[in-house]
Amino acid sequence: MAEYKRPESLKKTPSGFCPGCMHSLATKLIAEVIGEMGQVDNCVHIVPVGCSTLNLAYWQGDVLGAAHGRAPAVATGFKRSNPERLVFAYQGDGDLAAIGLAEIMGAANRGENFTVIFFNNQTYGMTGGQMAPTTLIGQKTTTTRYGRDPETTGYPMKMCELISTLEAPAFVARYALNTPKGCRDAKKAIRKAFDIQMAGKGFTFIELLGNCPTNWGLSPLQTLDYMESNTIPYFVPGVYKDKYKDEVK
Amino acid sequence: MLNINTSLCKGCSYCIKFCPKKILEMGTERNNHGHFFPHITDEASCIACAMCATICPEGAIEITKEETNNG
Repeated sequence: MAEYKRPESLKKTPSGFCPGCMHSLATKLIAEVIGEMGQVDNCVHIVPVGCSTLNLAYWQGDVLGAAHGRAPAVATGFKRSNPERLVFAYQGDGDLAAIGLAEIMGAANRGENFTVIFFNNQTYGMTGGQMAPTTLIGQKTTTTRYGRDPETTGYPMKMCELISTLEAPAFVARYALNTPKGCRDAKKAIRKAFDIQMAGKGFTFIELLGNCPTNWGLSPLQTLDYMESNTIPYFVPGVYKDKYKDEVK
Repeated sequence: MLNINTSLCKGCSYCIKFCPKKILEMGTERNNHGHFFPHITDEASCIACAMCATICPEGAIEITKEETNNG
């Protein structure tokens, strides 16, 4: 028989997210891992700009704000001066793959010893559902009203594949949150990434595929099917790089 | 034992979709924030697999072990 409790590192108030948004699911998974590791007082959550910051409303641990897309740069400075702290940046796809592309690639290439959790919902949620670099071909957004056209806007950016080509990162993986199994796998991967970080073994990157019911114009249940048939075939979940496969369980 | 904290629920229905025993059902009442929330139709059939609690974005569902052991 399983036992399941709401993580203690989350306040008992509703999240700031829309109904069915997987940002709150991702936040819950991170909070569970941090609670299990006993790192609630030691962790620092680096927040950039976007919907990803809305978890501040019910997050109990320490938080450090950064400019849009610059969370990896701030995390670099913080982690270098406080190497004993558990540092993670939680970024959305517009934030990480568009505005903060230089910062994330720089931090990954230097192999900075912190974790980036990248929530990919293929849209800019907070600003009203504009096209992000990860928006799928044909996907309708407020700035691609007839669907994304690769002729003018290019192709969706696969960040896991991109970062796994670099030499320095220790662990790069992608998971989809649209099923309980995906959530459990994602939680294990987050735990592994944090363990690698606490062992001082380098940069870890977890991509979580999520949804945006409000800006996709679908009900929460419809987004699960949309993810299954459109998002997951393009952004294939899996482990893309695992430098310390045998050393850190 | 399955506990739904109805004040945290936002009515996304993920728990209803993934319950293998199909014992969750969307209710007709609303909570303080105006969201419908699910209720349990047959708690005795619950196998405590925690699928609903795992997928619940709000962390509104908790599974606790029952004190009495009936096998």
